[in-house]
Parts: sequence; C-alpha cells; structure tokens
Amino acid sequence: MTGRHESHGASVGGRTTSALLEIDGVTAGYGAAPVLRDVTLAVRPGQIVAVLGANGAGKTTLLRTISGLLPVSAGRIVFDGLDLRGVKVERMVRHGMAHVPEGRGVVTELTVDENLRLGGLWRKPRTALDGIYDLFPALAERRAHLGHQLSGGERQMLAIGRALAAQPRLLLLDEPSLGLAPKVVAQILGLLRDLRDRTGLAVLLVEQNVRSALSVADEGVVLSLGRVVSRDRAGTLAGDADLRHAYLGF
Amino acid sequence: MDRFLFLTFDGLSRGAVYAAFALALVLIWRAARIVNFAQGAMAVATVYAGYSVANATGSYWLGFVVAIAGGLLLGAIVERVVMRFVDHSSPLNGVVVALGLVLIIQGVLGMIYGNEFRPAPAPFSRDAFEVGGVALLSRYDLFVFAAVGAVVVLLTLLFTRTATGLRMRAAAFAPDVSRLLGVSVGGMLTLGWALAAAAGSLAGLLVIPTELGLHPNAMDLLFISAFTAAVLGGLDSPLGAVLGGLLVGLLLAYVSGYLGATVAPMAVLFLLVVVLLSRPDGLFARTRARPA
Repeated sequence: MTGRHESHGASVGGRTTSALLEIDGVTAGYGAAPVLRDVTLAVRPGQIVAVLGANGAGKTTLLRTISGLLPVSAGRIVFDGLDLRGVKVERMVRHGMAHVPEGRGVVTELTVDENLRLGGLWRKPRTALDGIYDLFPALAERRAHLGHQLSGGERQMLAIGRALAAQPRLLLLDEPSLGLAPKVVAQILGLLRDLRDRTGLAVLLVEQNVRSALSVADEGVVLSLGRVVSRDRAGTLAGDADLRHAYLGF
Repeated sequence: MDRFLFLTFDGLSRGAVYAAFALALVLIWRAARIVNFAQGAMAVATVYAGYSVANATGSYWLGFVVAIAGGLLLGAIVERVVMRFVDHSSPLNGVVVALGLVLIIQGVLGMIYGNEFRPAPAPFSRDAFEVGGVALLSRYDLFVFAAVGAVVVLLTLLFTRTATGLRMRAAAFAPDVSRLLGVSVGGMLTLGWALAAAAGSLAGLLVIPTELGLHPNAMDLLFISAFTAAVLGGLDSPLGAVLGGLLVGLLLAYVSGYLGATVAPMAVLFLLVVVLLSRPDGLFARTRARPA
C-alpha cells in the first residue's frame, strides 16, 4: 500500500485502514437514463457493508456496475488500488472480487460439483472443494445433483460456495435472503460474519431484509432513487427512526 | 434378407456422416442459439482447400489435415468477424446472415474452382468385402465409422472431462453468470464455432468422395439430411444428433433401396416436416429446453 487511499481511510480500532473498494461519485445505468447518481461509498477489508433501500433504489444496479456488467458514465470505481474502468467482467474474479447475482445464478443444467468447480477453475492450482463442502455439508450430500434439483436455500448456498471457491477478498452479494426461510437466512448471515472474522473477507451486501442485514453489517448505506441518502454505522442506522420510516419501511 | 443387411450397413455408414454434421449444428446451436445454415458451404470450402493441397503434394492425409485445420480457422473467423455482430433480438437475423454467407462462399468457390464437379478420390477402396457371401462393408465405410467415432469420443471427453469443456457448457447455459466466474464467454463461443466447423469439414471430407465429387453446392443435400437428424435428436442434445444421424441414414438407405433413389430427398423433407409438426423438441426430449 502506498497510502494513496488515505483520504478515504477510516479509523477502525484507533488505526487507519485503507479501503478495499472505493466508489467515488459514480453515475451509471441502462442507456441514457442513469439509475445511480453520484454514488460514493467504501468497503474496507474485513468489513460487511449493507446496501439498503426500496425496490428500484438502484441496489442491484450498483453491484452490476461494480462488477463491470454495466458501464460507469461518470466517477470511478477503485478496487485494491486498481481503477476498474475498462477491466472486463471476466477479469474481476482474478482481481479478488466475486459477485453472487440476484436470483443466485446457479447454472441449473450443471451439477453441484460442476458449479463449485467453475468457481475455482481459474486458480492455479485449482481450489480444492473440500473446504467448501465442509462449510455447506448439505451440498456435499448432493454433489452429483443438477442445479435445478436443489431447493432455494441449497441454491443460495451453492452460489455463495461457488463464489468462495474463487477465494475472493470482496464478496458482492445480491439479496441472499430472497425467498428463503428465516432460519436459512440466519444461517447464511451467520456464515458471512464468521468468514469476515476468520478470513478478513469483505462483503457488500444488498438486502431488502433490513433488520437481518443491519444485524450482521458493520456499516449501512441507504440508497433512494439512485442516490446515497445516508451512510453510517449499522447500529446507528437501525436506531434512526426517521430514516427507517422514510426509506426502509419499518 | 441380404439386401436388407446391405442397406442397413449402407445406411449406418451414411448415417455416421450425418451424425458428424448434425453434431456440428448442435454444437453451434447450444453455444450461440443459431442454426448455422452456412455449415455446408463452410465445409465445402475447406474440402476444396484440402484437395488442392492433396493434389499439389500427392498426400491425401496432408490435405485431410489442412481441411480440418481450415475448418477450425474458418469457424473461428466466421464467429469473430461476422456472427458476433449479429443482433440476436430476432432469431431470424442469424439465419439470414448465415444464408448470406452461403451465397458468398459458394460464389467465391465458383469463381476460384469453377461450377463443375471435380474429382475427389477416396483414400480407401469403396469396394465392399464379402462377409458370408454378402457384400456389406468397404474399407472406406470402416474409415468413416472410425473417424466419426473418434470425433464423438473426443468431443464427449472434452465436454465431460476437461475444464475447458466445463467452461464451454457453462458459457452456453448461463453467459452472464459465467463471466462473473471468470469464464471468457466470447473465447468459448469462438472455440465452439471452430470445433463445430471442423466437425463439419470432416463430414464433408467423408461424404464428398461418395457422391459426384467437389462442387460449390456439394453439401446442400447433406445439410438437409443432417439438419433433419439434428432436429430429430432435439438440437440441444449431442447424443440425440448422433442417434438422429444414424436414424436418418437408415431411413434414406431403405427408401432409396426399396422405393428408388429419386424418392430419398423427398423422404428426408417429409420426415423433417413430420418431426417439426409432431415433436419439435426432438424424439428424445424429456424436459422442455431452456428458452433461447
């Protein structure tokens, strides 16, 4: 580290840590009409940042823009000191970023094992999958099943396991709780917290389920109509009644 | 009975060629959701190149390698230079572009080689040996079975046993997710086209010596038979393409043997219409294919 991120550094435990992901004044979207307007946020190593907001606030668009599926029309995105402008989607994972898309993105025509292998395929040597199966014993029992034979919870675990097989430093996670039972959601969020504590994994977590998200996140960012309306510690956001009523609906 | 056996072996030998060509169509359909109507013309172009080399060097096998390598190259070029830029919002766009390619390739071949049949000698004798008094198989038939069998085995190993095969399958089924996982989807598409065109070239090399010889339109009929075979097998299924190819080959052999060779092309078209009307997902479809 050369210290070039000092301006974005934040004090954690009395020490300054520079950001792993910095999003600086980003405007982006589909065609001429921007969905995101002047969005600025940062994720530090070992930090879980929750992106909150109503439907249509731009949460999924934000993740798709970070991983390069959508172009940035203004501002910049820097990952670990590298300006991501012009970096191809398929290169992102090699820089240490893994994106679990909305709707989970399990390749339903491939088996559990093939899906997991796909995640670590680009690594030399390829990721051994034993560690992933240890994290998700349910998947180990179903390794020869096709993706479309899995339950919703199993698909979510497979999608996260596959992302972890890439051994990323930053995980972009889009609505992991969608359509899942509360118990499964708690299990997945507990796993994220555990991974953060054990491996220093950073997570940018998009969620509709605000309470769950804030229970596990360190920081929260509230989006409304594509703009950041609030950025604060998770506990502070959870306690801010006005903000909750205005943007988060509880 | 002897005649039936003879026709059966003849049908399987033709069917093997249809299978190789149908496999080429299926490979591209799976990867790009395009029926490559230019497959026949592309294959003929590479077979011309192969025979040019064979005639110049005196070695059929050098020409054979050149034709297959030419198929790989031509497939990659067609994908990179033409098909990649086709707007896929309507399925007809790819078809129209492919038909345009057919006209261009056949026109250029006619300009270079002339629109007459040129001899294309077979590398092995086409005289059948007698087995128990019945002439069943020639050395050339054995060569056809071996070559097509090798392609089927190699492609199966590629898709089921290698990392590249896994990438190719993932890229075809879920392109966006695959890119997020670090798969170069464009590269896999190019590779798919290259392999498919090479399989098409092989089919061309195998079939042209058994017919009237080299001609810019030499594979038009084979295209129809192989397309029928691919549809019969369900377009999405490599195994279906192989079985469909063998079935169409048998059908054509029996029809030309018992009803006369002039009926055979009509029989193929009739079969194509029946399959499209009754089982558009193919004979072997169990689940509905993912929408394109």
